[in-house]
Amino acid sequence: MKILVAVKRVIDYNVQIRVKEDGSGVNTDNVKMSTNPPDDNAIEEAVKLKEAGKVKEIVAVTVGEEKAQETVRKALAVGADRGIHVKADSYIEPLGIAKILKKVVEKEKPDLVFLGKQAIDDDCNQTGQMLAAILNWPQGTFTSKVNLKEKTLEIVREIDEGLETLEINLPAVVTCDLRLNEPRFASLPNIMKAKKKPIDQMIAKDLGVDITNRIQQLKVEEPPKRKGGIKVSSVAELVSKLKNEAKVI
Amino acid sequence: MSVLLVAEHDNSNLKAFTLNAISAASKINDDIHVLVAGCKCESVSKEVSSIPLVKKVLLCDSQNYENYLPENLAPLVTKVSEKYDHIVASANTFGKNFMPRVAAALDVSQVSDVIKVNDSETFLRPIYAGNAFATVKSIDKKKCVTIRPTSFDPAPKTGGSAQVEKIEAVDVPNISKFIKREETKSERPELGTARIVISGGRGMQSGENFKLINSIADKLNAAVGASRAAVDAGYIGNDHQVGQTGKVVVPDLYIAVGISGAIQHLAGMKESKIIVAINKDGEAPIFSVADYGLEADLFTALPEFLAELNKLNTIQK
Repeated sequence: MKILVAVKRVIDYNVQIRVKEDGSGVNTDNVKMSTNPPDDNAIEEAVKLKEAGKVKEIVAVTVGEEKAQETVRKALAVGADRGIHVKADSYIEPLGIAKILKKVVEKEKPDLVFLGKQAIDDDCNQTGQMLAAILNWPQGTFTSKVNLKEKTLEIVREIDEGLETLEINLPAVVTCDLRLNEPRFASLPNIMKAKKKPIDQMIAKDLGVDITNRIQQLKVEEPPKRKGGIKVSSVAELVSKLKNEAKVI
Repeated sequence: MSVLLVAEHDNSNLKAFTLNAISAASKINDDIHVLVAGCKCESVSKEVSSIPLVKKVLLCDSQNYENYLPENLAPLVTKVSEKYDHIVASANTFGKNFMPRVAAALDVSQVSDVIKVNDSETFLRPIYAGNAFATVKSIDKKKCVTIRPTSFDPAPKTGGSAQVEKIEAVDVPNISKFIKREETKSERPELGTARIVISGGRGMQSGENFKLINSIADKLNAAVGASRAAVDAGYIGNDHQVGQTGKVVVPDLYIAVGISGAIQHLAGMKESKIIVAINKDGEAPIFSVADYGLEADLFTALPEFLAELNKLNTIQK
């Protein structure tokens, strides 16, 4: 069995982002970047399945500029066997990414594709579902548990009402929730070893798919700021403020 | 041309957020048709037909749609969408699950999680966990849009009498199977629509200690929320999580207890009208968004809070 894991390079989740003054976007110069957090869960789950002897090969793929390779390198250090870097110089919408990944799937023929459930930069939550749709594959989104069987995958999904269990046929697309597992850190020897693992290069615009963006970003602005509040000195004062000033209880 | 809105329901009742989605859709175009796809869900179509903003209900009653499997639902929505310019659903785990499949099948770039409709093609949506707002314009002919329900008022429920048209199911791929759904039943109001939410974080230290939160929730008729840290630690179920990848809540009053206020948590609650923070760390980032901050140990503050509430003659419900 073979798993393809898609990873994305995003602004680190701990960074307080800054909106550019001209409204053209968010400042990414000299900002710490890292792998999109749920993508780490996707890699981790693939590695666990390989350690359990259920999976033979893990291929990590990313789409993005030169430096996006770092996310593939990190996946290799954690346990992926090979990497693919699809080079693209500018932002591509989830629909375009899904089409690129479909090309990679056609070449690699994996049994499963794992992705994070959502990227924390554009917060779209689309790529996995779109890839599943254009492949005509089933999907497991917001997945917090997987049980790989011979021809199917049983998954537990986190939904608004609680949990849902589904059985989906292979091949399938799985988008991973943060609660799927606890991603490991790469050890130094594994980081060194990862440097020798191969990363194939492809060029996004040479893949023969339409990746033109259809959504124009007209303006990016800071959200309205909350007015500063006050500190109260006691519970009694708090309750009195809520009752008489804010009038909410 | 008109808007196709996909209703969320449990085959007996309409889910409340569909009303918010309908009110958002009415800002795109007032000719709103609602698709009710499910199994033995005729009562839902009746409920929808009485919503005054709805012009027509499309009822597709078939076993294929009993559990809203996206592999089955998306081809139906895609087929029905032929006659529409906009396809709209709520940006919750229902809409997020199937809408991208519809968009991809139509070769359309989806606009996710809209918080304001500027016009039929221009929308406002939060990015970076709500730390930036992007105004975006879709240039696709057809537009697939999911809307953040808490950013729109619910549409009125009664007074209308839209025509209900039955439509045929389409072929399903038979590649996925529903096994079970475990829903947490609660006497308390739903987290997404509650007027008051009280949430606990890592500071609660155990699931057992959430009883301190629960007793205040009961007193205030509030919903109980949690930070990701509390859910990860197993103190409480995932359906209580508030944040970037959990639920977004906009109550009149949000009480954050033992929650430090990570960016990801703030994304889910900072639009609340009044925010209270109770935390023993005076430097915690949650205080920067709080209208009223109380620097105190929650294990003494919560019992006191309950005692103070008990002294009040009246409490708003």
